[in-house]
Amino acid sequence: MAKGILKFNKDRCKGCELCVVVCPKMILKIHDYEVNAMGYRPISVTDMDQCIGCGSCALMCPDGVISIYTEEVPAK
Amino acid sequence: MKKIFEYTKGMLPVSTHYCPGCTHGIAHRLVMEVLEERGLLGESIGVAPIGCSILSHNYMNVDMCESAHGRAPAVASGIRRAMPDKIVFTYQGDGDLASIGAGEIVHAAHRGEKFTTIFVNNAIYGMTGGQMAPTTLIGQKSTTGIEGRKKEISGMPLRVAEMLATIDGAVFVERVALNTPANIRKAKKAIDKAFAVQEKRLGFSFVEVLSTCPTNWGLNPVESLKWLGKNMIPYYPLGNLRSPEEVE
Ligand SMILES: Cc1ncc(C[n+]2csc(CCOP(=O)(O)OP(=O)(O)O)c2C)c(N)n1
Ligand code: SF4
Ligand code: SF4
Repeated sequence: MAKGILKFNKDRCKGCELCVVVCPKMILKIHDYEVNAMGYRPISVTDMDQCIGCGSCALMCPDGVISIYTEEVPAK
Repeated sequence: MKKIFEYTKGMLPVSTHYCPGCTHGIAHRLVMEVLEERGLLGESIGVAPIGCSILSHNYMNVDMCESAHGRAPAVASGIRRAMPDKIVFTYQGDGDLASIGAGEIVHAAHRGEKFTTIFVNNAIYGMTGGQMAPTTLIGQKSTTGIEGRKKEISGMPLRVAEMLATIDGAVFVERVALNTPANIRKAKKAIDKAFAVQEKRLGFSFVEVLSTCPTNWGLNPVESLKWLGKNMIPYYPLGNLRSPEEVE
């Protein structure tokens, strides 16, 4: 599986934790103290290196917060 | 960097008014991803209901029309007939579609109107504060059934997909759920087929989407996904009820 790099549009996050519970690597966490423009504590990642780029978090997010990229070119 | 996932251009880059964790946002995105991938964003006209998704026209990046409560199928029928080359869909909640609008949807299906309906079943009236819907489960509490729904008083919850699947004009009928990534993938496939049916002008297509309403269920967003899986799916089984050969 390609390694993923997550980008967050934090101001759209509502801190619902739906992404947190579907991440197989358990590397997503609601930020401890940050507050976004809507007043929610937004999502953050604890260890980006562990992301396998499965896309589950982005599929689950109702608010279009998460984009996922990879630097690896998949082998043909 | 190679893209694995980006928010679809079918959704405007704004925050929505939906409650945290409400799966209306996922349903919106799936419909818009399908339209984007099919190259139909510029060709589509959506009809918004009355309910929490009343403001979906502020988020979906297609032309949209508002409709009176439950009347989206009538409005969509008119638009579809006046503009036969457009792709037309309604996006409706269970209060809107299964209660006040039950007659509209039955007859749109019966006439075989060539539009697509996305039916978001969250087993409650969301917008107005948690009243009982025709789809509210037995025992489920609501503000108009504080002891939980009772069969003797309110009847059994209405299975809309099964009901519509008995109508010849409804050529594609499927029920999906938004409680897990795997089910979300299946939901997108069903929505894609529903629009394929419309592109081929085969008849009326319908996808029932089991969705959450954390606020009025009185559960947090994560508990709501579990509640959906444990209580809604056993009563509202997932799967295809009707599909024409042309889209298999
Ligand atoms: C003619 C009419 N009757 C009643 C209402 C009040 N009303 C607004 S939304 C709604 C129900 C919405 O529930 P649902 O369709 O399940 O959508 P949700 O909010 O759960 O997404 C009702 C009864 C109305 N706006 N118009
Ligand atoms: S699912 Fe989306 S809105 Fe919810 S916490 Fe995760 S990033 Fe934020
Ligand atoms: S009231 Fe329910 S359906 Fe409406 S936005 Fe909130 S959670 Fe979603």
